[in-house]
Amino acid sequence: MFDGYSAEILARVQFAFTISFHIIFPAFSIGLASFLAVLNARWLWTRDRTFLILFNYWVKIFAIAFGMGVVSGIVMSYQFGTNWSVFSDKAGPVIGPLMAYEVLTAFFLEAGFLGIMLFGRERVGDALHMMATGMVAFGTLISATWILSVNSWMQTPAGFSMNELGQFIPEDWWQIVFNPSFPYRLTHMVLAAFLTTALVVGAVGALHLLRDRSDAPARRMFSMAMWMLALVTPLQILAGDSHGLNTLEHQPVKVMAMEGHFESHPHGAPLILFGIPNQAEKRVDYAVEIPKLSSLILKHDLNAPLAGLDTVPDEDEPPVAIVFFSFRVMVGLGFAMLGLGLWGLIAWARGRLFDAPWLYRASVAMGPMGFVAVLAGWITTEVGRQPFTVYGLLRTSDSLSPVAAPAVAASLIAFIIVYFFVFGAGTYYILRLMGKPIKPASDASITDEGPTRTAGTTPSVQMQGDHDDKART
Amino acid sequence: MLGFELSFIWAGIIAFSVLVYVILDGFDLGVGLLFPLTKDEKERNVMMNSVAPIWDGNETWLVLGGGGLFAVFPLAYAVVMPALYMPIILMLLGLVFRGVAFEYRWRTKRWKGTWDIAFFGGSLTASLCQGIALGALVQGIEVENRAYAGGWWDWLTPFTFLTGVAVTVGYAMLGATWLNLKLEGRIQTHMRRLAWPFAIATVIFMAAVSLWTPFLRYVYFERWFTWPSMGFSFVVPVLVGLCILGLFRGLQQQRDLQPFLCALSLFVLGFIGIGISFYPYIVPGALTIVDAAAPDSSLWFTLVGTLVLVPMILAYTAYAYWVFRGKIDPEDGYH
Repeated sequence: MFDGYSAEILARVQFAFTISFHIIFPAFSIGLASFLAVLNARWLWTRDRTFLILFNYWVKIFAIAFGMGVVSGIVMSYQFGTNWSVFSDKAGPVIGPLMAYEVLTAFFLEAGFLGIMLFGRERVGDALHMMATGMVAFGTLISATWILSVNSWMQTPAGFSMNELGQFIPEDWWQIVFNPSFPYRLTHMVLAAFLTTALVVGAVGALHLLRDRSDAPARRMFSMAMWMLALVTPLQILAGDSHGLNTLEHQPVKVMAMEGHFESHPHGAPLILFGIPNQAEKRVDYAVEIPKLSSLILKHDLNAPLAGLDTVPDEDEPPVAIVFFSFRVMVGLGFAMLGLGLWGLIAWARGRLFDAPWLYRASVAMGPMGFVAVLAGWITTEVGRQPFTVYGLLRTSDSLSPVAAPAVAASLIAFIIVYFFVFGAGTYYILRLMGKPIKPASDASITDEGPTRTAGTTPSVQMQGDHDDKART
Repeated sequence: MLGFELSFIWAGIIAFSVLVYVILDGFDLGVGLLFPLTKDEKERNVMMNSVAPIWDGNETWLVLGGGGLFAVFPLAYAVVMPALYMPIILMLLGLVFRGVAFEYRWRTKRWKGTWDIAFFGGSLTASLCQGIALGALVQGIEVENRAYAGGWWDWLTPFTFLTGVAVTVGYAMLGATWLNLKLEGRIQTHMRRLAWPFAIATVIFMAAVSLWTPFLRYVYFERWFTWPSMGFSFVVPVLVGLCILGLFRGLQQQRDLQPFLCALSLFVLGFIGIGISFYPYIVPGALTIVDAAAPDSSLWFTLVGTLVLVPMILAYTAYAYWVFRGKIDPEDGYH
């Protein structure tokens, strides 16, 4: 299946594949954990049962998504060693401790309190249950903080020296953790996780409103999601813009690829809206461009000069087409989210938020787009920093384990088969839960669709898996 | 000099996390191994219930073992992972299957049987691979120029096959004694009966591995059969004997907790035995603890947090176990 490919490209594909699958679950569970904490807090504060109904509805979905995130994450923590051992040996002294802190401060916190969050309400009481729910949400954010610090350090390394073995030696941990791109990347990703969750919650609310406009829990979640979109999308666009400017400062080559600037523009660079990058010929075919706009966006000056890929040696260039297209997908979806948020705002201002079938249909269509945007964004930033693992210092080709191509190919095939099967099934179960009517919160409702089990126990008397397809999406 | 002490402290911490992982995930993998030994749906449900609230926390110790090794012994991590490429990848895939089975088997009727098989198969694969990985580490890994220099099948030998089976049987024993502790009625009796053959087999395999190990490498032989370290050769087997006695007497007298604690102690002692053989190496025969250690700045930075955080983790993990304490009630399982 993969004859003729080098171990390096196979290992890269394997990393890209496993991490792309993995990021989908945290992107959802970071936002969902906070959403659940808010729902639970508002239920305790207001004693409005709608919040409890929503908590019980979403907590089941959270349990499945979280479980998939855990198992796909364990794979990640070992993959550095199996396929990228030279990188691990050299960069381990710097990024290893950050990842150890992620485990110590976040993973244990989440795992320790998840069981109580899902199943402890009766056993520990409301106050401790709220604390456990808060801890899980807090844990997801801490986890994001550490791992984005690691990734950012690989993009914009700081605070280190190198020893005679070519190892990166930590000199200043403050500079390492708070490296130049970290605050921007963290903000951009956490907001992306919140938006991804808001889009999913909005889509599920919209789906149920399309069936029944008077569905109170659906109304509540749809309205919460629309507010989130309307408020957070503009912030995200600002955060994305500053992140881009930060990238221009520290990784200008990545921005050249994002913009499709093969040539330098001494008198203001055009913004290429669309085109097909032709890296062999060093030009963008069929380019549709607006003169000088790129300089305006990146330098806030129409005539500012911008260097192009002609200033970079060929062997230091990333694959331009992938970066160029994925960046446009992300930005396009970002503006679509802004549009949806504004649409919701207008519907609300006109008092039509709960009678807007086309808004609901658009929301359902936009439901999965947060995931697509997150993936596109990560592809932009990760492919854009090639051909380096530690930017400018350690080449991807010098990071590889002494592995043989057939071993990597075999494990890659195994991962592809297992992930599609396992996570495909999980996604299907999540979608089926989302399609079900939202039931009122009685004691029975907690177990009506089979219990939540990632970290909880289950009544054995009640063990019927749900097989009811009539409410499926 | 201080650096040397630091790396030894770290070797102790990593060994501690791996030990905690082995005994905690050991019994919940064991529950998966025992799954096919009952056909009764309700019995399977309570078996899974007994580990459902804690498996995620248990597996986090594996991530700490891997992540900690990466942080403080990056060279060992970089050498061991490629050397154990296949068993590690298979173990991870096994853990994927058994981890999702906890949730999935409740979401479907038609596929429930499939996820039951996934739970068992994943647990079996993960257990075997962990035992094989251990055996491969004990028999030694070829290292040249800071990288693994052996072949792709070096990990598969009669010795590693033996350790693979030994660990799997041992996990089944842990699982059976755990279920004897957490369940009641017919299924408890069933598990207590199953604990006997698994415990006997564990003892036989432990003996076989212990007798084989000293002949794999001369340093192991020296460690166990020359003074002064030979002292261990008297102390460890005596303690093992006491544990075995306690285990079988506990089963005979139908005690709940004693067999489980004795089974755990057997694992702890086996682990200490391996530690005695390894010292001062982290990858036997190739890398010492000092060779593999990260620079002091990495060790210090990580140590500060670890010393504060690990006791906190142990405290809230203990709290979570406390919240879900007691027998699993088959009729009123929603906790």
